[in-house]
Amino acid sequence: MAQVDARGLSCPQPVILTRKAIKAGTFPIQVTVETVTSRENVRRMAERQGCQVAVREEGDEFILTLTR
Amino acid sequence: MRERWTRFFASRWGIILAGATIGLLASLLQYWGNPANMGICVACFERDIAGALGLHRAAVVQYLRPEIMGFVLGSTIAALLFREFKARAGSAPMVRFVLGAFAMIGALAFLGCPWRALLRLAGGDLNALVGIAGLAVGILVGVQFLKHGYNLGRSNKTYASVGWMMPALTIGLLLLAIYKPQFSEGGAIFSSAGGPGSMFAPLLVSLGAGLLIGFLAQRTRFCTMGSLRDVILMGDAHLISGVGALVAVALVSNLILGQFQLGFAAQPVAHSNHLWNFGGMALAGLAFALAGGCPGRQLFLAGEGDSDAGVFVLGMITGAAFAHNFALAGKPDSLTDGVLAVGGIGSAGMVAVVIGLAVCLAIGFSMRETA
Repeated sequence: MAQVDARGLSCPQPVILTRKAIKAGTFPIQVTVETVTSRENVRRMAERQGCQVAVREEGDEFILTLTR
Repeated sequence: MRERWTRFFASRWGIILAGATIGLLASLLQYWGNPANMGICVACFERDIAGALGLHRAAVVQYLRPEIMGFVLGSTIAALLFREFKARAGSAPMVRFVLGAFAMIGALAFLGCPWRALLRLAGGDLNALVGIAGLAVGILVGVQFLKHGYNLGRSNKTYASVGWMMPALTIGLLLLAIYKPQFSEGGAIFSSAGGPGSMFAPLLVSLGAGLLIGFLAQRTRFCTMGSLRDVILMGDAHLISGVGALVAVALVSNLILGQFQLGFAAQPVAHSNHLWNFGGMALAGLAFALAGGCPGRQLFLAGEGDSDAGVFVLGMITGAAFAHNFALAGKPDSLTDGVLAVGGIGSAGMVAVVIGLAVCLAIGFSMRETA
């Protein structure tokens, strides 16, 4: 499983890092973000790239699991 | 329920609703008293606030604009209601301050931030096209840095009070705007007797519009710089559909209200010096791209607890003070007895824009993680 730790990174870093991971192609990809903004931005981009996105909330962090 | 609203605001229709509302309110705010093609301008309004506080002494641009307070507090309210208020800090605040200052110097060379560039376009001011072209080039350069590992580093969760600094500061400004205390004879709070600073919609109207926009923009992440960046970086048209709605609605509303005048020369609070309209906005675009958001977005982020965005805002206000104290800001075109005098910026302004571009490039090149 590929890991992307995008906690504390400001826009558009979480999206850029996730897109890199998608291009690298090791699924599933687990992306950790802290804000709803990052969660929605990563989700939108990943879905556009044809991924399925599952989100779970852990404390005040969001963990997105991307599969394809 | 809350989650359903969140998904709606994050959707295409959500961002279009936010853009359309901003376009309509901007046009109406002008109708209700704000300066021409300046229903909303984040840079100009922060500059007016700097003037009212006496940080610069340009007599025509001094007013505590309630729209700006509304933007921050509307965002705070939205963030609290949707449990998104998160205090965070520590991502290169000093760099953000400098980026904010130069973004403002660039925007004031053009006489407007990206928001006003869109509104000037919707009012028929074709110089806005030159400014938006400059903005796009600045963002394009910023995107190259982003692609090559540029970032300002992580922020950290911190004490709630850190996140509350900007909303609290804003409430203080709002109280000053409401009660207009006179701290000394002929001293602050300053207010313009003529010029753009003397033109404003009623306080409650401005504040209400600001709060509504702050609320919607916090929910939808509306960002003018981000709209171009996302198109350039990954062909994502989400944010730009909001920007398109803003321009379309403001244009229609301006046509209905008789606020549309097509051309380049002698447009309200604008100059037709193409080189520096372009150069000023290129600097602003690059600085906004490196800082991760347009001036409006920085206010909304500051409202939801992002203290680094708050530092950027303080940088912008400081930059406005320098821009007027050092005579860096653009001078509008003027018509005297039918003779047009093209405005623009003086040599100090040109030097400042060039220095700003050099500083931004140095930041972009030096703050890259190479993995």
